[in-house]
Amino acid sequence: MKFMDEYRDPQMALKLVERIHRRSPEGVRFMEFCGGHTFAIMKHGLRQLLSPKVQLISGPGCPVCVTSISEIDKAIALANQPDVILATFGDMLRVPGSRSSLQHTRAEGGDVRVIYSALDALELARANPDKSVVLVGIGFETTAPTVAASLAEAKSSGIDNYHVLSFHKLCPPVIKALLESGEIKLDGIICPGHVSTIIGSRPYEFVARDHGIASVVTGFEPLDILLAVDMMLAQIEREEPKVEIAYHRGVAPDGNREALKFMEKVFVVGEADWRGIGKLPGSGLRVGPDYRNFDAESSFSITLPPSKEPPGCICGDILRGVKTPLQCKLFGKTCMPDSPVGPCMVSSEGTCAAYFLYGENHE
Amino acid sequence: MSHDLIKNTLLGRLGNPMLNRLDDSAVFDINGRLAFTTDSYVVSPLFFPGGDIGKLAVCGTVNDLSMAGAEPLYLSLSLIIEEGFSLDQLERVIRSVQEAAAEAGVTVVTGDTKVVNRGAADSLFINTAGVGIVPADLDVSSSGARIGDKVILSGPIGDHGIALISQRERLTFESPVESDCAPLNTLVKEVLQTTPHIHCLRDPTRGGLASTLNEFAESSGVGVRIKEDKLPIKKTVLATCELMGFDPLYIANEGKLVAVVDSRDAEAVLQKIRENPYGREAEIIGEIVEDHSGRVIMETRLGTSRIIDLLSGELLPRIC
Repeated sequence: MKFMDEYRDPQMALKLVERIHRRSPEGVRFMEFCGGHTFAIMKHGLRQLLSPKVQLISGPGCPVCVTSISEIDKAIALANQPDVILATFGDMLRVPGSRSSLQHTRAEGGDVRVIYSALDALELARANPDKSVVLVGIGFETTAPTVAASLAEAKSSGIDNYHVLSFHKLCPPVIKALLESGEIKLDGIICPGHVSTIIGSRPYEFVARDHGIASVVTGFEPLDILLAVDMMLAQIEREEPKVEIAYHRGVAPDGNREALKFMEKVFVVGEADWRGIGKLPGSGLRVGPDYRNFDAESSFSITLPPSKEPPGCICGDILRGVKTPLQCKLFGKTCMPDSPVGPCMVSSEGTCAAYFLYGENHE
Repeated sequence: MSHDLIKNTLLGRLGNPMLNRLDDSAVFDINGRLAFTTDSYVVSPLFFPGGDIGKLAVCGTVNDLSMAGAEPLYLSLSLIIEEGFSLDQLERVIRSVQEAAAEAGVTVVTGDTKVVNRGAADSLFINTAGVGIVPADLDVSSSGARIGDKVILSGPIGDHGIALISQRERLTFESPVESDCAPLNTLVKEVLQTTPHIHCLRDPTRGGLASTLNEFAESSGVGVRIKEDKLPIKKTVLATCELMGFDPLYIANEGKLVAVVDSRDAEAVLQKIRENPYGREAEIIGEIVEDHSGRVIMETRLGTSRIIDLLSGELLPRIC
């Protein structure tokens, strides 16, 4: 097992950094879409190595962060229903909704359980036949297939007390929306790694075709990221933007067909509500008609008062890459990982949490 | 259940003249400066590769005493048992307590058992308290670090936390990660024989190495600078951390110590630690500096530096 040594080799990294500095024009701006990349960049200090020539801007690729406040309110409302067990990934617990969080709801007696995989939630349903188990389905194309698999399994084994509240979101449509908004000027996009293991690289072809900028799919080790930056600079040099893969050990152009098949079987593409971005048609996955009985949206009737964003929180701007955490008045003062105001400080993929943990607040 | 339990299982395994009296208090003479500590163990799962809650409950308290430079002597043992918990499992736990106490050379002299209704506890909780004797004129605390001191770590980090997480996640490896859970009193004694000038001593349990180093930096009002390429971490631990999105610096250990020593003593202490079976892979991982007082900074393999902050608000399974 030598993969990490290979992809963290300091000599190789420094060589790449030198080449990047040599070939890069001044003030190139790349967005790393994915929160996993943001963390890796911070953890290995890559921003320090690349600045000032190459600027890396963090994007919205954090599943917890992009979950809208009304979606969180909905999950909380369900957790308060009698005879409901709400199953959620741990990161969601502490994200504040308009009036409460799932953690508070649990403390006040709501049955909220932390699970590590959708199949754990299905097990909960099997073990508690007299309750309804609702999985809060968040995440991108990476997590959606396992949730789809759990629904298929529930259907084939007749587990009818299992439901999914599907807040799943799709990456390419939001990248498209960001680029079309023209709100930020970018020279290239570091496309998500794990998401692309499922969907492949083809769905990003529009980035070069429609917007004329570079794009590379890559992994999460320092050399993966540096290589992606170098490849994008080469595309810029040759004036040949396209989508390339720097992560062949994980990603094939066509992705994982089996996983995609599961998703298509269970989900349908529909509108999704993104924090900071709003409602985007064709950017989410809803539970499909064949699985209607397992869809929490149709199985439970929930009416909610209007949701409200926490005052002062700029998570929305941070998710769009328009602002950095350092421009937030709450950052590191009233908003900290153990008392988060917005979701970007909660999640292990959130930009604010990465800035806080890896010290960009202290420099 | 309680009476039989006490008689057969507990006294059978842990019995000694003081405990056998079953008086309300253990009474003993003691000479010198007393160190006194307590900890509650609520680990889940109860049994994990490399140990179980019984071994942990002894080692944890023995190590807390050891980190004050004390020689651990006596322990108390309180069991809170959920109704319906299997006697076989309890036997296993008590056997581990017996073995760990024997290794550490400590005696369980008083104890308590409570059985609570189903749901009022999760299977089994254990509390141990311990007393030990601190040699006269020894002063070990987190506030003793001085500029120029070296930071020594006794071995690879993250084994305990990862052993638990992989058990929970049912991850299987070619070479499974075992918890490093171990009593460190002998190791500490050997170190103190090498030099009494140990400025700080801590076992990096909950919150991991990062938390311990931050305590040193804050309490001593100094900066701590460590080098990533000096940190011993097992490959499987590192790989699991990558997989699960954890940072090994924040993962719990139950059989490691971090010592801050005068630079003149550093090599001798390092060699001494490496001679002990629990310290074979010890390393000097960094030093105490004047800059960035109160903060821990790590030089990465790429030559960049990053702040190692206190862990705040991370969701991890119950580990101790």
